[in-house]
Amino acid sequence: MKTNDVIMQFTAKIVFFIIFFYAVHIFFAGHYTPGGGFVGGLVTASAIVLLIIAFDLKTVQSILPINYIYLVACGLIISLGTAAFSMFVDKPFFTHFFDYFNLPILGKTSLHTAALFDLGVYLVVVGVTMTIIQTIGEDE
Amino acid sequence: MNNFLLLPIIIPFFFGMLLMFGQKKIAYQRITTLLGLVISILCAFGLVANVYENGPQIVTLGNWPAPFGITMVSDMVSALLVLTTLILTFFIVWYGFESIKKEREQFFYYPAVMFIIVGVNGAFTTGDIFNLFVFFEVLLMASYLLIVLGGEKAQLRESIKYILVNVISSAFFVITVAFLYSVVGTLNMADISQKITEINQPGILTVIAILFLLVFGMKAAIFPLYFWLPGAYSAPPVPVLALFGALLTKVGVYAITRTYTLFFTQEVAFTHELLLILSILTIVAGCIGALAHFDVKQIIIYNIVIAVGVILFGVAQMNEAGLEGAMFYLIHDMVIKAALFMLIGIVIYVTGTTNLRKMGGLMKTYPALGWFYLIAALGLAGVPPLSGFIGKLLIVQGGFEAGNIWTSVFILASSIVVLLSVMRIFIYAFWGEQGQLATNVEKKKYNRLFFPTMLLVVVSIFYGIGTEWLTPFIKQAANVLMDPSIYIDAVMKGGE
Repeated sequence: MKTNDVIMQFTAKIVFFIIFFYAVHIFFAGHYTPGGGFVGGLVTASAIVLLIIAFDLKTVQSILPINYIYLVACGLIISLGTAAFSMFVDKPFFTHFFDYFNLPILGKTSLHTAALFDLGVYLVVVGVTMTIIQTIGEDE
Repeated sequence: MNNFLLLPIIIPFFFGMLLMFGQKKIAYQRITTLLGLVISILCAFGLVANVYENGPQIVTLGNWPAPFGITMVSDMVSALLVLTTLILTFFIVWYGFESIKKEREQFFYYPAVMFIIVGVNGAFTTGDIFNLFVFFEVLLMASYLLIVLGGEKAQLRESIKYILVNVISSAFFVITVAFLYSVVGTLNMADISQKITEINQPGILTVIAILFLLVFGMKAAIFPLYFWLPGAYSAPPVPVLALFGALLTKVGVYAITRTYTLFFTQEVAFTHELLLILSILTIVAGCIGALAHFDVKQIIIYNIVIAVGVILFGVAQMNEAGLEGAMFYLIHDMVIKAALFMLIGIVIYVTGTTNLRKMGGLMKTYPALGWFYLIAALGLAGVPPLSGFIGKLLIVQGGFEAGNIWTSVFILASSIVVLLSVMRIFIYAFWGEQGQLATNVEKKKYNRLFFPTMLLVVVSIFYGIGTEWLTPFIKQAANVLMDPSIYIDAVMKGGE
């Protein structure tokens, strides 16, 4: 019997963006409130999993043609690069830097290199979670 | 800035990431791995020279002062072990080109090797007890991949046991660190050592010392906790086995040495006496296993257990000769175990069997292999000009100085059993009537397997002959172990 899951798919399309932007919010809020790269990554992965449930693995791979293993490697390189950057300016490994900037729309904002490190964590978490789910899902 | 000591950890890590791209291109994988290892080896040589000239090197991550940030400490002990690790990995990877199958090479074998040495080097270098746990997990995760990679039936079976044992011991590690933290309130190893001296090691800390022995003993395969090792190590292919046999248990031995020389130095009569008894029992268990088996892999695997016992016996003496001997023997054992596993791998390749009873007469067809095996076997047993001699001599001297006469005599006697177990392989496999030979032995592949092995045996010969040159390095390492205040002062001042 062919099931018709039009409501599911329609809802998933909208809810995906809500979850995704919530993940981005959690990611950026991590420095001052609970959150950060790890939870942000997991929530993003759960948004993609929602798409996989509503549609199927092949469709999602064709709309998000990402090699998740490369995503993990990129995340690791970003994190290591942030940590190693301080070595080149004669500070101990893992020294972070921050300053206040006047951005066009946001106004006075503190930018911290810890956010870059968190970006690496975020990518690794998304990559690892999706690799696990995809490989188990593809398994016959 | 002295970030230099981090390079032997960061460089393999970086190259491991690069290797995650281009998974199917074997040439790229091999070249990148070797390149990464060569650069790391050069850095490790620089590090040893630097530590030798300027004393222990410290960097506290993130520019925080010493007990608050994670401190990485490279004293002579860890610098020498890092150098040994990288050199061995280089030879093992080179050897693996011919014996690891193509499917494994295409499925993250090389990244796993790089990450395992990140973990090993990190565990040797860290100065923070929880960071030690994290690096243990890094090397264990990579070793889980290496042990199961290939998916043969035996590998799947043994990896379940291996993972189960290590997950349990890791949980114990966390619990032990939690206990320790609730007593002393700090995680920095130098700071812990200071705090323990201040409160004079009450009973609860002796309990924690025994828990640490349980945790690290599980990783290092000491007497009642070695049950997982013979099965788990016989499953993976030979290069992986060589990597495990040379590095993994030695990280546990290092961790026991570090905690028992830095932290728990007040109640020596109980903790070190227990360590001594367990090390003797470990040797007994290893000797029984090494004599009982007719499987070449198992004989060498049980020799790992014996060596762990001998090193820990040296540590348990807590005098200068004993610790110096333990350092000498630790490095010797890493080198010689890698060499022996590689030689055994070639023997298995040319005969197509691991059963000693089916082998024979290899001396006629492969004389070079025979002689190099003989040298490695004599080196393992500790025949004077070769590498195992000086370490065991100093360990026994330390034992006599500490008044443990009979146990020291026992260590000497165990050498005979070690010699017997490896000579049995020599006699059965290389002498006598022509035994089984594999049909599809290619001369070219054999040569490529033999060349790195030969070089590693030559390295071990130089280690034996060059004792005179190495002694100042080892003496410095033993000094740090003998006198924790060198370590503590270096860390507490290094934060400035």
